[in-house]
Amino acid sequence: MKKSVTLLNESGLHARPAAMFVQEASKYKSNIMIEKDGKQVSAKGILGVLSLGITKGTVINIIAEGEDEAAATDALVKLVQNKFGEE
Amino acid sequence: MKGIKASPGIAIGKVYILVKKINAEKRTIEDVDKELKRLDNAMIKSSDQLQSIKEKLKNDGKEDTAKIFEAHNMILQDVEFVNQIKTQIKNEKVNSEYAVYSVTKTYEEMFNKIEDKYLRERAADVRDVGERIIFNLMGKVKDLSELPKGTIIVAEDLVPSDTATVDRTKVSAFVTETGGTTSHTAIISRIMEIPAVVGAKGITSKVKTGDTIIVDGSEGEIIINPDSKTIEIYNKKKNEYTAYRKRLNLLKDLPAVTLDGKQVLLEANIGTPNDMETVLKNDAEGIGLFRTEFVYMDRDDYPTEDEQFEQYKEVVSAMNGKRVTIRTLDIGGDKDIPYFNMEKEANPFLGCRAIRLCFKRTDMFKTQLKAILRAAVYGNVSIMYPMISDLKEVLRANEILDEAKKELEKDNIPYSKDVKVGIMVEIPSAAIMADKLAEYVDFFSIGTNDLTQYTLAADRGNNSVKEYYNYFNPAVIRLIKNCIDASHKYGKYTAMCGEMASNPDAAKILLGLGLDAFSMSASSILEVKDIIRNTTYEECKKLAQKALEY
Repeated sequence: MKKSVTLLNESGLHARPAAMFVQEASKYKSNIMIEKDGKQVSAKGILGVLSLGITKGTVINIIAEGEDEAAATDALVKLVQNKFGEE
Repeated sequence: MKGIKASPGIAIGKVYILVKKINAEKRTIEDVDKELKRLDNAMIKSSDQLQSIKEKLKNDGKEDTAKIFEAHNMILQDVEFVNQIKTQIKNEKVNSEYAVYSVTKTYEEMFNKIEDKYLRERAADVRDVGERIIFNLMGKVKDLSELPKGTIIVAEDLVPSDTATVDRTKVSAFVTETGGTTSHTAIISRIMEIPAVVGAKGITSKVKTGDTIIVDGSEGEIIINPDSKTIEIYNKKKNEYTAYRKRLNLLKDLPAVTLDGKQVLLEANIGTPNDMETVLKNDAEGIGLFRTEFVYMDRDDYPTEDEQFEQYKEVVSAMNGKRVTIRTLDIGGDKDIPYFNMEKEANPFLGCRAIRLCFKRTDMFKTQLKAILRAAVYGNVSIMYPMISDLKEVLRANEILDEAKKELEKDNIPYSKDVKVGIMVEIPSAAIMADKLAEYVDFFSIGTNDLTQYTLAADRGNNSVKEYYNYFNPAVIRLIKNCIDASHKYGKYTAMCGEMASNPDAAKILLGLGLDAFSMSASSILEVKDIIRNTTYEECKKLAQKALEY
């Protein structure tokens, strides 16, 4: 399952949002990847996620494969759309 | 050997060299399973350390610093990261130290290539975590909170994440190779009341962990492996110093008044609410400078109005009605915050810093002003704008302040209507125009560190122009006098919150010039009070007159 989402929060996928993203992804059994400009990293590792340098306005793909792939993609997309709870 | 005196007091103790550079030599291993077990153990140990440092900081109310270590723990738990290390051990049959080193190196380089400044700085976090694992593999301590009692920390330099973990009851002094009297190590050691010598070039190669050294922070002297006679002499000096501090403690609750009845106010400079302990202990008569940079530091996004309000309120309430002068954000120059994404400037000290940056980010500025106005309900608050060069800036800042008030009014949020507004005088143009500016502000506060460096064109962090950076230069003294005279003409007051205010040699001159309030690190207050209580205004005026001339 693959879904696209745009980063809306001010600081992009930096430390706190990145940490929240990784923590959320780690709750699921599926193999989850983030894709930006054709580069893929595991959504379950903070360093990989940070290394993509995702800033505000960037479009990313969330790709999940496994038994709970639908729930995983939904939750992660929602997290991004809610700007990680930032104001 | 000699260094720069950074924080007074004498300590005799054992050296602990804080090594920042690690060298993980490559070795071939035979037993892969055994090596993986070693790695696992070091990982668990690292994770436990990070967890306990984090808990300790949280218990001490240092939530923001705690987040650094929380982030480090996340790196440690990064499955990809750990797998890469393990894969290297398995496939190349190398030792864990080397595998950790080479994997962190790869990440470091990857982060260094990212254009985003904030992410580029994550390279340091990866390195930090890598170092911790390697230290644990080697059976060494990285954590400064686990040192034996009486330790003297010797390092190239100390950064906030080092000093944040230092246990005051265990560490008796700091010595660093780099830095000056206004470096992080110097400032923090004065606040912690730990003797310190900075700028001691070559010290890390001259001593090794376990050596006995004497650190005389009052004189900037370091004695390596002293003989018993020298130790005896310094033990005596140490006792004398302790006795002197005791005598000063008797001055608490007494006013800072000269023998002929001239009274001034002695206030404290603080960096965070954590400094309040020392402030109350030394009986400061107010907070002359509350630096607010800390609320913006060690985090990854702007602090909210409520977050700031809570922090300011804590200090304002603790001062119990005494004046608290809050300086609005002063970032730029030598102080940077990654998520601000500031442009790199060729001359940051002459660049878009402090109030100039706030004018470019008025929403952020207004958020801070609102938080201050709200906190002011709980005591006696003054607002101070930094880096004012011209009247226009005062008017513009006041416009934004008015907007902040209106918005609070509209939302029915309680705020104080009688907050005084003043400016930092640290740019020569403001000091020269003081007679015009005085009409529009409630007070001046002279920032001598920047005023001196701007007036004399001498970088205060540059050791090779140290002789040019001198606040006793009559040009600086005249600018100070100009501010004091101008403020008095309009029935206002002038304070000073730069290093000069805490210099015992300068105290009499400043008093003679008519300075109304001296603000300094709280640990210097009693020393300056002692000087003031033993002099006369008449004598000080004479000294001031002399200081205005060559």
